[in-house]
Amino acid sequence: MPSDSASKTFVQPEGVRRPDRRRKVDAAGVMLSVAEWGDEQAPAILLAHGGFDFAETLNRFAPMLADGGYRVVSWDQRGHGESAWAHLYSWEADIRDAAAVLATLPDEPLPFIGHSKGGSMVMHLANVAPHRVSALVNLDGLPSGNNMPDVSELERTRMQRDEMDRWLAHRRTLSDKQRKPGTVEELAERRGRMNPRMSTEWLQYLVQVGARQDADGWRWKLDPTMRMGGFGPWRPEWSMLRLPGLGVPMLGVMGLEIEVMGWGSRPADVEPYLPPGAQFEGLEGVGHFVHIEQPRLVADLILEFLS
Amino acid sequence: MTVSDSATRASDTIWVRHNRIDLAVHHLTNGSDPTHRPLLLLHGLGERTPDVVPPTVRWPGPVYGLDFTGHGRSTIPVGGGYTSEILVGDVDAALEQLGAVTVLGRGLGAYIGLLIAAARPKQVLGVVMSDGPGLVGGGIHPGSPSVAFPAPWSSSVPDPFALLELSRDVRPPDYAQTYVRFVLESSSLDRALMVCAVARPEWLAAVAAEPGVGHGTVDEALQFYAQL
Repeated sequence: MPSDSASKTFVQPEGVRRPDRRRKVDAAGVMLSVAEWGDEQAPAILLAHGGFDFAETLNRFAPMLADGGYRVVSWDQRGHGESAWAHLYSWEADIRDAAAVLATLPDEPLPFIGHSKGGSMVMHLANVAPHRVSALVNLDGLPSGNNMPDVSELERTRMQRDEMDRWLAHRRTLSDKQRKPGTVEELAERRGRMNPRMSTEWLQYLVQVGARQDADGWRWKLDPTMRMGGFGPWRPEWSMLRLPGLGVPMLGVMGLEIEVMGWGSRPADVEPYLPPGAQFEGLEGVGHFVHIEQPRLVADLILEFLS
Repeated sequence: MTVSDSATRASDTIWVRHNRIDLAVHHLTNGSDPTHRPLLLLHGLGERTPDVVPPTVRWPGPVYGLDFTGHGRSTIPVGGGYTSEILVGDVDAALEQLGAVTVLGRGLGAYIGLLIAAARPKQVLGVVMSDGPGLVGGGIHPGSPSVAFPAPWSSSVPDPFALLELSRDVRPPDYAQTYVRFVLESSSLDRALMVCAVARPEWLAAVAAEPGVGHGTVDEALQFYAQL
């Protein structure tokens, strides 16, 4: 491992701003770290990050919204970033955590924004608490049931079984599991495999705000026991069916470049489910992380939509 | 339990680690034939392993009972996050210690028994699915979404979050059927699953209707598997 990694100066990407404030919220005993940008008296926006991200992946995007006149409130989901690692993880627990953060904000409707998993979460939360949401923005977080059109029923069943086997194999390895340490460059390179469209400069910046430096190297601040996927009865259409009944203005932004962390949905999969009057933007040449690849474009779309 | 029973009763508890949870696996008896394949009891939602083998459970060999996460003497997690799939991981951790077993599941434990039999067909030699708390689950598709906080019981065991979240667990019939097929394709047994529950929520009715799934009383099912 190169020993000079710790003392190296890495380039700070243009326009990044770490949260103006951090505070803690106790979500049924799980301590969540809330990150805020912008004037505390300004109208609030609730902003949810995606799976295996953390609030400080929003360090370029969130300040743009804050500078548009908002108090942007995000949080590290359980097991992510500065928030506590939990015994258990589930969709329902994540929604309850989100509600705990929402409960700390002024009691009036506010915009919900979410990316990827966070987009699905705020869509769910808007159904849970329609009286608390004034507008909904979904950033490449709309699943579809059509993302494996070429796979036969038999093959799907086999995949279901493989996923169960892999999940149980993963569960058997968890006791005292730690994330693999490395240099800043190594962690950036590893994350780059799942985020192939992001620059090295950006990925190395993320390490410095999203990893901690131990004696044997840097480690992502992500609970190593979390895992993408898993087996269970969930079906994409259960999420999609939350969409048509939304009673508030909605903006959907989808990156049209298919990539590894994305959900493979196409505009045609989503359009039939959009609520009346919804605005939908498909971005050519942009991948799953629309707000990181094109922060100015996406922030401007949102600010105009909210105005 | 009297002193004279001590020859057949083994009251020790094996502790099994599943991620950050310590699971209690109670060794209730060695039975008349300690070399026989063990029976593993999976309790219903909100229950725990009984102190002694219930008189209705006749089994010639050792009997163990697993306390699921958040139940009995197992660790109570902070902040909920339960899924049936996590409990399948609980049983898998117990199987690592126990080897091959026959499973007797009550309610929620019957559903978990089906899933673990699909995952570990070589180690789960027969599942007896019987009535008990948590048999129904949360229906066949999600209900209207809500944020649920548990009732403020005075006791923390079982975990109120377990009672809440595992009663909302969605169980589509075709999802359950898929696991039945995994079991029947992989198991060496003629009737690897026996439905003994009187109550038949939709997922269980679908399981019971699959060709190759057995039916009968709990006792008939246990005697069938005991003879294998």
